[in-house]
Amino acid sequence: MPTLNIIQALNDALRHEMRRDPSVVVMGEDVGRFGGVFRATQGLQEEFGQDRVIDTPLAESGIVGTAVGMALHGLKPVPEIQFADFIFPAMDQIVSEVAKYRYRSGGQWSCPMVIRAPYGGGIRGGHYHSQSPETHFIHTAGLKVVVPATPYDAKGLLISAIRDQDPVLFFEPKRVYRAAKGEVPEGEYTVPIGQARVTRPGTQVTVVAWGAMWHEAAEAARQAEAQGIDCEVLDLRSLQPLDVGALRASVEKTGRAVVVHEAPRTCGFGAELSALIQERCFLNLEAPVARVTGFDTPFPYTLENEYLPRAPRILQAIRRTVEY
Amino acid sequence: MRREAEVARRRGHDGRDESAEEPGAPDSRFEREFPLLQILGEDGIADPSQPLLADAEVKRIFRAMLLNRELDRRMVALQRQGRIGFYIGAAGEEASVYGAVAAMEDRDWIFPCYREHGAALWRGMPLSTFMCDLFGNAGDLMQGHQMPCHEAWRPGRYLSISSPIATQIPQAVGAAWAARIRNQDEVALTWFGEGATSASDFHTGLNFAGVRKAPVVLVCRNNGWAISVPRERQTASETIAQKALAYGIRGERVDGNDLLAVHAAARRARARAAAGEGPTLIECVTYRMEGHSTSDDPKAYRPPELLEPWKRKDPIRRVRLHLKARGVLTGEDEARLEAEVKEEVKKALAEAEAFDRKPPLETLFDNVYARPLWQQEEQLQEIREALAGDPRVAGDR
Repeated sequence: MPTLNIIQALNDALRHEMRRDPSVVVMGEDVGRFGGVFRATQGLQEEFGQDRVIDTPLAESGIVGTAVGMALHGLKPVPEIQFADFIFPAMDQIVSEVAKYRYRSGGQWSCPMVIRAPYGGGIRGGHYHSQSPETHFIHTAGLKVVVPATPYDAKGLLISAIRDQDPVLFFEPKRVYRAAKGEVPEGEYTVPIGQARVTRPGTQVTVVAWGAMWHEAAEAARQAEAQGIDCEVLDLRSLQPLDVGALRASVEKTGRAVVVHEAPRTCGFGAELSALIQERCFLNLEAPVARVTGFDTPFPYTLENEYLPRAPRILQAIRRTVEY
Repeated sequence: MRREAEVARRRGHDGRDESAEEPGAPDSRFEREFPLLQILGEDGIADPSQPLLADAEVKRIFRAMLLNRELDRRMVALQRQGRIGFYIGAAGEEASVYGAVAAMEDRDWIFPCYREHGAALWRGMPLSTFMCDLFGNAGDLMQGHQMPCHEAWRPGRYLSISSPIATQIPQAVGAAWAARIRNQDEVALTWFGEGATSASDFHTGLNFAGVRKAPVVLVCRNNGWAISVPRERQTASETIAQKALAYGIRGERVDGNDLLAVHAAARRARARAAAGEGPTLIECVTYRMEGHSTSDDPKAYRPPELLEPWKRKDPIRRVRLHLKARGVLTGEDEARLEAEVKEEVKKALAEAEAFDRKPPLETLFDNVYARPLWQQEEQLQEIREALAGDPRVAGDR
């Protein structure tokens, strides 16, 4: 089985789906001739032509707005937003149109598409190349939100997203685009949307993370083990729909939870997870649910290591929670 | 004095449209460059040098326009009686709606703004089904999910209406572009108001359309008003049509109260689009004769005398005079048609009102996703239990 990084796995998924389904089209800024600024669409235009791998003008609302029309016509668009930070000009199209089309037409029309966007910090990109805006979309009914952490999941989840009947926001952890490597099957496989994965079984505390933060959480769990703490690590993979069963099963077992995300804390997805845990696991809880998150500021440039949850800060939260 | 000055200032705006009535005397560079196409005079006499429609087709559209006017009149009354929550009509702008939709092929895609219900009816949406949307009742195809006048009608390739302005423009461009990618001989038609030309989606839509030569027909109903804001506070452009220049696409300016002119322009635009010659922006110069919607009172900002010149240009009156001039409509025909459309509206209303006032409770969660999520199933159970505990949960207060 070949070892790929996340970019290669995404490219493989796109190529696979474009070969399988002629209605799949890739569109966005620089995705065609250049193959995308992160190279996720490299070589696709050569294979599938300019009608299916489309260099669009530089306007996110136009990218998503025209993708809506394409999806209504029967194509399966996979628009790329070059950085998740630039998704906001398309918010009206995503929130008012993509998310509501099926609902507002009583199911007569729908516009499934996969909006891919590299997200997250740690690349010295300042606040316009580092944000994690997933919560805005989880909060908008009608959208699914998927965040892979590994090359295997990146390919399997992207294939699932392309085949899904609902619109999917697909946030890609760009900090580990190339750093995360793993075995990826060559052929077709899917990872179901809405299933979390226990990546490390444990008994004392559940560490919940997704995307780039899963790597930090896994590292913190390894360091905790050296200190005699047995962590269970849960990679959510899909935030909407959420695998609440896996969350509940884990916290019922461990009685403790540490939730990790890059986005600012207030109204971040950790708040929702914390509420779900206390609603469903109240009698199992041995300690308050801890949140290790970005702070309530724009994403900083110079102090990004301080801002981002990294393994040492997660480890401190794990210790505090276990010792509570 | 101030009020007189204000009226005079607004007449300045109106005066441009007045001059538009006389294509021989344009008063600006762009009005010369984009001359107003007019086929039917106010007297209903058609310019013999221009393409005419067959009598039967004009009569069919005339009846649809009459029905639309009657529908608007009755639905506004219904709203005033508190029987529906909201209504938005097309009075005075019917030619801009029907002229465009009648010029399309049945397979073409319709991306409406929110004043073109007539196009859904033209495409076969039953009148009672449309009215069920106004009530949001158990017969509503939209399952009570949207406020009135936000209908969709898939059998007629009539897309879903949203309230945000101009969002349908890039969507229409995308659908048209998809038709080309998929080698299908179809075009997309969309409408928007002159207010929408200020919105960013107008810009991105026309820009994308121009770059990709998308087969799309872009119809701007320039009705002079975006709720209370007059056209000259919306854009400093002399015309809307000239905006096409910047996008490298064709622009046309037509008398939006002239059914034959709108139809001819839309037909030509469709032919160009289908031939791969790209999109056309058609500015229909028309006038909003009523409030923006039933939630609006134009008396607060628009002197009623501004309506006077436009009453003579009424699109339905002109088609009527035209048909009479062609000798294919008698006074008797007209009386019969008037009675027919009244009866049709009355009958449809009775059918619509026969449905249960509300759709079933579970439709609250229908069609958010292709299949409900676990939390929606929990929430349905939650509201069921709440209602079982106290029916006032569903009360108005």
